[in-house]
Amino acid sequence: MRLRGLCLTVWLALSLPGGTALAIDSEAAFADPAMQARYENLNRELRCLFCQNQSIADSNATLAQDLRREVRDMMAEGRDDADIRAFMTARYGDFVLYDPPLAPRTWLLWAAPGLLVMIGILAVVLVIRRRARNLGDETDGLQGEGEP
Amino acid sequence: MMHKALFVLPGVGFILLAVFLVRGLFLDPSRIPSPLIGAPAPQFNLPDLGDPSREVTNLSWTGSPYLVNVWGTWCAGCREEHEVLLDIARNHELPILGINWKDQRELALRWLAELGNPYSAVGADLEGRVAIDWGVYGAPETFLVGADGRVLWKHIGPLTVEAWRDEFLPRLQGQGG
Amino acid sequence: MIPELGHFALVLSLLLALSQSWFGLVGAARGRVDWMRSAQTSVAGQWLLLLLSFAALVWSFIQFDFSVAYVANTSNSLLPLFYRIAAAWGGHEGSLLLWALILASWSAAIVAFSRQMPLPFRSRVLGILGLVSVGFILFMLFTSNPFDRLIPAAPEGRDLNPLLQDFALAVHPPTLYLGYVGLAVPFAFACATLLEGRQEVDWARWARPWTLMAWLCLTVGITLGSWWAYYELGWGGYWFWDPVENASFMPWLMATALVHSLAVTEKRGLFRSWTLLLAVSAFSLSLLGTFLVRSGVLVSVHAFATDPSRGLFILGFLVAVIGGALTLYAWRAPALQAPGGFAPTSREAFLLFNNALLVAATGLILVGTLYPLFMDALGLGKISVGPPYFGVAFLVPMVPLLLLMVFGMHAAWKYSRLGVAKRPLFILLPVALLAAVGLILAGYDHFSLAAFAGFGVALWLMGSSLIAPWQRRDRWRSLPAGFWGMTLAHFGVGLFTLGVTGVESYRIERDLSLAPGETATLMGYDFRFDGTREVQGPNYAAVEGSFTVTREGEPVTVLTSQKRLYASGGNPMTEAGIHVSPRRDLFVALGEDLGAGKWSMRLQYKPLIRYVWLGALLMALGGLVATADRRYRVQPAEEEGARA
Repeated sequence: MRLRGLCLTVWLALSLPGGTALAIDSEAAFADPAMQARYENLNRELRCLFCQNQSIADSNATLAQDLRREVRDMMAEGRDDADIRAFMTARYGDFVLYDPPLAPRTWLLWAAPGLLVMIGILAVVLVIRRRARNLGDETDGLQGEGEP
Repeated sequence: MMHKALFVLPGVGFILLAVFLVRGLFLDPSRIPSPLIGAPAPQFNLPDLGDPSREVTNLSWTGSPYLVNVWGTWCAGCREEHEVLLDIARNHELPILGINWKDQRELALRWLAELGNPYSAVGADLEGRVAIDWGVYGAPETFLVGADGRVLWKHIGPLTVEAWRDEFLPRLQGQGG
Repeated sequence: MIPELGHFALVLSLLLALSQSWFGLVGAARGRVDWMRSAQTSVAGQWLLLLLSFAALVWSFIQFDFSVAYVANTSNSLLPLFYRIAAAWGGHEGSLLLWALILASWSAAIVAFSRQMPLPFRSRVLGILGLVSVGFILFMLFTSNPFDRLIPAAPEGRDLNPLLQDFALAVHPPTLYLGYVGLAVPFAFACATLLEGRQEVDWARWARPWTLMAWLCLTVGITLGSWWAYYELGWGGYWFWDPVENASFMPWLMATALVHSLAVTEKRGLFRSWTLLLAVSAFSLSLLGTFLVRSGVLVSVHAFATDPSRGLFILGFLVAVIGGALTLYAWRAPALQAPGGFAPTSREAFLLFNNALLVAATGLILVGTLYPLFMDALGLGKISVGPPYFGVAFLVPMVPLLLLMVFGMHAAWKYSRLGVAKRPLFILLPVALLAAVGLILAGYDHFSLAAFAGFGVALWLMGSSLIAPWQRRDRWRSLPAGFWGMTLAHFGVGLFTLGVTGVESYRIERDLSLAPGETATLMGYDFRFDGTREVQGPNYAAVEGSFTVTREGEPVTVLTSQKRLYASGGNPMTEAGIHVSPRRDLFVALGEDLGAGKWSMRLQYKPLIRYVWLGALLMALGGLVATADRRYRVQPAEEEGARA
């Protein structure tokens, strides 16, 4: 295939949603590294709804490119992260955010890590207290060692 | 020692989980409902597909219900639903506003010439901004907008006769339309 | 003809699996030695038949038999031989057959290497493995037959997904399945113990090497998957908390807890019912993972093509196996509890914390993965739970776990006697922190508190794992393999933490466009774009961009990245160019042709990323070394009748 023909095909193919090609902007969106970092972080938080579980940072689907452009434009206008997220959820719902919102319905989700760890630690502490009491009653000749 | 009853907990927990999983089998995790339903339809201005110097806007359409259909020549599902759209246009006095999404003008015009044009007007959304405003994430998608300008329903995927009958008509009738 | 033979072999293997279950379980219940023996023969037969069946499938692939639907869906006339063979497990049906074969292999291994277990116990274990086998084979025969014919035969296959056309396909699924399926072994041991109703005190000692083997296979399998995603998916990520990844990580965490809990049960006879529950849970999570990946319940890049009817079948299977095991547990486990004491900072106590934190981690991953489903089922709307959540949530149990590990490694059994290791540990802490600062200053351009903490913990952990060997340096030869395995594995955890901290804190990605001859600079490395040329592969056409990388004028390497279009159609694939070194990876991926010779591209600097996988591999190696411990060696065969 001639290079030109290949390029055209590749370009057309890339224009179609759902590509597995790399999600690349043709240049850094912002000269300011802090803005660029903010842009990249936001892109990682937003879901490409057309794809099978990828962020818009990682997908080259047309929709992902368009959404990245929207993020860029909004940041250039000076809108903050919360505004940009609100823009997206107003149109696509909470599904578009990989960072789930903090709301009554997601309370259990956000509480889960802390809760599970606390319950675990509590259970362990209770067991240890009981076993430490048992230790006082024991008379087996086991000499503790550090070997597995 | 642990109370005997505690040993039942893992089993109980698992049954609960299994119940959710059964329910989950009959849901479709990739169908995303639209937050626009019940909200005022986003207003847009797009160049007309046929004559880019003219504008197509849904502002002029408020007052009576209409459909908005997002399509493209590159989309296989759009071809599937085309007959249904033509039918609706012919029989139901409901105008269909088309948004040609991320497509090429010549291809789109040729498609409409060959397959028939169900649309009262078609706007060319080359950049995809309008589609984003409507929360479109894949084509085809069809919206029902009521007489008061609010989005009543969004259908994702090719529009079928059943979907028209079961999802759109009841809501349309609710409008007195 | 061959596919029919394969199908027939599969059906026969079902019969043998049934006989294995029946004779194994009922034979043990009735004390019939002849039945129990025949269960073992069934294992051998089942294994042979499944091997034949699998061979028939592979043969169909090699011969381009597109009259077999599965072959037509996952192969293509241009597909090279290597991938044709690997494609046998590239899709849903074939991967199930591999599952079944591997299960039969583990069962056969038990027959071969477990002479020291009393016959009734051994038979029960085989019986339970047989039941699991029955479930998988039935699943295949009823909903996912790899040998279904396509009539008329397809003129051309749909091709193996280009993402899978890679060496890693040959190793990642098989190793992963070895791990997933291998967890059925401790599961079977646990169920057999519960069935017996009385405590076979040695069951923990017998189960431990098998659990270690399954665990280490799973470790390698997951690591290979992560490495594969890194270079194949083209965006340089190594973990995405995707549901399918989580589905493999949860059993791994449970299996890690199990390996530690077994140590306590073996040594002191404590935590019996807890260890039994862990053993049941680890395999249950394996099965749950299978369900999540194949049922369409969750959206994932990795998911197989899905079908609700398949989902229902697997769910039914899950309920039967897990529900059955948990019912058995609720019924029998209370009688197996044992008294026994230990001090608050004894090894037992530390291992309890280890277990609690690992189980909490598993729980939170389960909650996060299933929460969208949970909300949808309750009509609360749809949400996504991704890396921003998991990245933070996972640290909650992990940071305490790593810190406790530093001390726990040195704890003595039963008594609080950290004394001998306390001084070295407290000396090591400032050393580790200083080294962390040094590492940051020497290697990177800005200070990050998170990186300082991460490096500090990692280095302290690595140092801590070396204290025990150092203190025993006069008697290395007499130290058991278990000790060395533990040391290696814990050191690996530290190394892993070092890698993750490095890459997460200091990685750099840059999207830009260059014309041939232009250069971009990243962390002191100059990337000069040398233009593109066309390349022809066996089943694809590609554009290859090449980059000369130098640092301060000194040549480093030449990297190439390809944009491939496969003949079978589909979207273009990016192959990245990667340069590996002990300190960092350099990563280039070609983007799009912007016209006039200019191309967009992504350059990445990935510090310390290799240690993520090296650390994990060391963990696995540690597990392997530990299985060589003398106390697990097969004892001379006892008179089976006498122990029955």
